[in-house]
Amino acid sequence: MLDDAATAQPRASGEAGEAVLSVEGLTTLFGVTDGAIHAVNDVSFSLRPGELLGVVGESGSGKSVTMMSLLRLIPSPPARITAGRVMFEGRDLLALSPAELRAVRGPGVGFVFQDPMTSLNPVFTVGFQIIEPLREHMGLSKKAARARAAELLAVVGIPSPDKRLDDYPHQFSGGMRQRVMIAIALACEPKVLIADEPTTALDVTIQAQILELVKDLRRRLGMAVVWITHDLGVVAGIADRVMVMYGGQVVENAEVGALFENPAHPYTRALMETLPSVEGARREKLRTIEGQPPIMTRRPAACPFAPRCAQAHDRCLAANPPLLQVAPGHASACWLAEGAA
Amino acid sequence: MFRYAMRRLLVSIPTLLAISFIIFALLDLAPSDPTANLPLTIPPEVREKIRASLGMNEPFIIRYLLWLQQFLVNEPLNMIEQWTGWTIGDSENRLRVISWATRSPVVDLIVERMPQTLWVVGMSYVVAVLIAVPIGVISAYRQYSWFDQIGTFVSMLGFSIPTFFTGLLFIVIFSVWLGWLPSIYDTTLVVDSWDSFMAQVRQMIMPTMVLALANASQISRFMRASMLDNLNQDYVRTARAKGMKERTVVLLHVLRNSLIPVVTVIALGVPTIFGGAIITEQIFRVNGIGALLIVGIESADIPLVQTLTFIFAILIVLFNLIADLLYGILDPRIRYD
Repeated sequence: MLDDAATAQPRASGEAGEAVLSVEGLTTLFGVTDGAIHAVNDVSFSLRPGELLGVVGESGSGKSVTMMSLLRLIPSPPARITAGRVMFEGRDLLALSPAELRAVRGPGVGFVFQDPMTSLNPVFTVGFQIIEPLREHMGLSKKAARARAAELLAVVGIPSPDKRLDDYPHQFSGGMRQRVMIAIALACEPKVLIADEPTTALDVTIQAQILELVKDLRRRLGMAVVWITHDLGVVAGIADRVMVMYGGQVVENAEVGALFENPAHPYTRALMETLPSVEGARREKLRTIEGQPPIMTRRPAACPFAPRCAQAHDRCLAANPPLLQVAPGHASACWLAEGAA
Repeated sequence: MFRYAMRRLLVSIPTLLAISFIIFALLDLAPSDPTANLPLTIPPEVREKIRASLGMNEPFIIRYLLWLQQFLVNEPLNMIEQWTGWTIGDSENRLRVISWATRSPVVDLIVERMPQTLWVVGMSYVVAVLIAVPIGVISAYRQYSWFDQIGTFVSMLGFSIPTFFTGLLFIVIFSVWLGWLPSIYDTTLVVDSWDSFMAQVRQMIMPTMVLALANASQISRFMRASMLDNLNQDYVRTARAKGMKERTVVLLHVLRNSLIPVVTVIALGVPTIFGGAIITEQIFRVNGIGALLIVGIESADIPLVQTLTFIFAILIVLFNLIADLLYGILDPRIRYD
């Protein structure tokens, strides 16, 4: 089945056609005892078929909450999605009934989570956990589902897959567990795969293997991928387009080449300066961005990055800049970008 | 697993021997006199003879070893003979553990009392588990809902109010005021018809409910806490992200994990069934094991108390082992070999 997909026509990769997933004005709040944390503020982006979107930002910048909000996977309460539309296959995911949403989770959008150590159920075999969605969504018989599960394990590069189906998660290493997670996410051949820092918990060699695996799978299966990470190096190597997030909003959105050649937002530039270089003379110490990311207890009235920004001026504190076009396909939420295009 | 179980069983032998010695020593040190309940007209020298005939003048260690021999060798041999009809050795003169107060073998007394205890206390435990698990699951899933609030309140009551109070309260309400249920458990009742069956059910309701309330309060809190621990785990999010039905997520993924600690708590509670609910049995006049123990203590019937207490110790050690083995069966991460 998977091999068929490899030979099938690529799903309009790179064409400016219909977006497979389009998010408009998504806003998510976390209710706390005295008010709310504005975790996601008016986030809009779209994902073309076959595209790999890298989402970059510090911890707490709202990357994961944004992506989990798409499928309403955030715990509610305390979280509330207060505004926005998530258009997928002509329907707003935020308006679907629980049963309709379930039908999208898996066959529509697959999810790979950050920590493979805790994301698998410890008391069920890996086979059971892969077979479950196959039986639920694809209506496969027990036997067919098992065969397909073994096939999926082979696809993600797990040796002797048929035997390993009967193993429990604790019998797998971290990298292998993440492969299992990817197999589960791929089980129902989703149109979109959302990977939430899938390699953060893994060591560098395993990380490289997983990156290669996803790149390869995307080429063969032609699905769109959202790759959440805080590692710009990973993004440079894998993404088509990059979305930089800060303080729960998108601060820059550009093709990967444009972003690295010409970063428009001061935060993006600051992030790039923090990257240690392996070439040239050794710097004295690693560069950092001074200060802490904001805790958004209010709807941002000013640019959230202004307190840490070297180029901040009066206007940055007076109004929160919208995403402004810097060049075609390149937008930055910074007043400095105004008139740059 | 089998090797582990065998090893644990072997280790429990010295443990149990130590326990039996401690129980025997404690009872021996206690100032008790089996002739104290006899009429005051009996002169002291006759009392002395009675004590001598019970073997109380023998040295402590001799009495202990004799009891051990009676309990560990003679009683099992006797049991085998009864089951199979064989005669092993000198079975006529083999001394069994004899109750001082009733002059009948202690084991026979226990066998006679066991059915009442198992019916009432055992049934209450089953009822407790059957109501506690769903209550715990729903309370956790709908945390802070009205159901959870009421459940929390009722289990706090059940946990903190002693059974001798709820027992009396039930008797006042259901026997005295409403007259629905009998306040005394009639052990002589023979169930041979629909009416006698209903009578049996009616006399079981109150003692069963009193004990079930106490047990269910405890188990439902464990269940709720365990569910809450698991509901926020990452694997639950994974199951939801796979598009599984909420019922599957909660009743399969979460419950299966949550039951691991609860099942062991339940297993550890089983010995208390055999121990009988001493107080509840007293209140409702259920003449089970608990009532037997009370009678034994009152009449300083040391062989009876010693034997019953030691049987409780065996059950506790055994069910600890069973709880550990259940852990290994329920949680694939635990392997004992």
